[in-house]
Amino acid sequence: MIRVVLPAHLRTLAQVSGELRLEVTRPVTQRSVLDALEASYPMLCGTIRDHTTQQRRPFVRFFACEEDLSHESPDTPLPEAVASGAEPFLIIGAIAGG
Amino acid sequence: MNQKTSGVRVLVGTRKGAFILTSDAKREQWDVSGPHFAGWEIYHVKGSPADPNRLYASQSSGWFGQLIQRSNDGGKTWEPVGNKFAYDGVPGTHQWYDGTPHPWEFKRVWHLEPSLTDPDTVYAGVEDAALFRSTDGGQSWQELAGLRGHGSGPRWQPGAGGMCLHSIILDPTTPGRIFIAISAAGAFRSDDGGETWKPINRGLRSEYIPDPNAEVGHCVHRIAMHRSRPNVLFMQKHWDVMRSDDAGESWREVSGNLPTDFGFPIDVHAHDPETIYVVPIKSDSEHFPPDGQLRVYRSRTGGNEWEALTQGLPQRDCYVNVLRDAMAVDSLESCGVYFGTTGGQVYASADSGDHWVPIVRDLPAVLSVEVQTLS
Repeated sequence: MIRVVLPAHLRTLAQVSGELRLEVTRPVTQRSVLDALEASYPMLCGTIRDHTTQQRRPFVRFFACEEDLSHESPDTPLPEAVASGAEPFLIIGAIAGG
Repeated sequence: MNQKTSGVRVLVGTRKGAFILTSDAKREQWDVSGPHFAGWEIYHVKGSPADPNRLYASQSSGWFGQLIQRSNDGGKTWEPVGNKFAYDGVPGTHQWYDGTPHPWEFKRVWHLEPSLTDPDTVYAGVEDAALFRSTDGGQSWQELAGLRGHGSGPRWQPGAGGMCLHSIILDPTTPGRIFIAISAAGAFRSDDGGETWKPINRGLRSEYIPDPNAEVGHCVHRIAMHRSRPNVLFMQKHWDVMRSDDAGESWREVSGNLPTDFGFPIDVHAHDPETIYVVPIKSDSEHFPPDGQLRVYRSRTGGNEWEALTQGLPQRDCYVNVLRDAMAVDSLESCGVYFGTTGGQVYASADSGDHWVPIVRDLPAVLSVEVQTLS
């Protein structure tokens, strides 16, 4: 199971609290995690990545294992610690005023 | 008074959530519900004329983009519906602030206009300017691309607030007739349900564009109509208050004795189509009331002759703004008029503007106000 942490506003939107746990088929990548996330929580479609281009929204970042993975290819395998469920995949709203 | 009338519901969109204010027909005691969608920008909330319990809300955020929320119980509960606003075909370009071509990019929904007859049909005015329609209760959205593609699109340019389609008026008597307005392009009309469009800006004069009398390029801030007389339109332009008596074919200025003819909202009395309201703002570079005095101006003559309405409004040290979608009227026998400010106040008058009270004082900056008269 993949562990995913959403920012507060998206937890409210998805009506969840705490970490999410998702079944993701290997290889575990940003794309496969987001595909699984949006399949389970369709209200999140368009809030993390663009509907059409699937590009990450500019003020959303992806962290895991104390690394910023935001600029990795969406098809690059995520760290094994994420794939194994040892570490969560963090979806972060950038700190940019508001 | 209509004995079946039970009250009013005021739908307020703010920078940090939506609020729903309800009262009985006396409009003296108000219940405040919210914030709904706390922390998100709510550009607009509007109810269906065909089913007052059906509400639509535009929820957006610089981080997470656009959402559309729908309620089937008058705003007690909400569900997110479709949020995919894809321009039809290759979007092309409009003018950027410096006059260079800039690709069309969806940013947010400014205005939601439910159909007059079908609760599941709703129009969305978006930035970058385009008109979308849903016929399935907001689940899916299709662009009415004839507007953006009718020919003048490459000459449209954003106003300071963005290139937004902010006004949508559905003609209640002429099937298929729709009026819209865009900052900064102007007003447009369709007579075939949104398939084809024409600019309706003859008579507008804007000194801030290269050709002051151009067919498009005018920064129209708001248009309004009384449903009993749909050929008469009123407009608050960037500067100038305007009137058309021929469904937008021509316009004439009716600013008259206003202290300044800059402003954002304009609305029409529910029962007297010649009574209109504006909120004069000092200038395009000083978005606050002249002299620190918040005054609504009312004309009972369809323009030109205006009177200041001040009772209950702050008359010193007031430097708020009133945005274009932040004024509305109810349809009770004694027409109620409502507006919200960037300072978070929502003011109401239950007597057509003679006296005002703040029905809530300390909301986030108000982006929009709509009113439902409930029975």
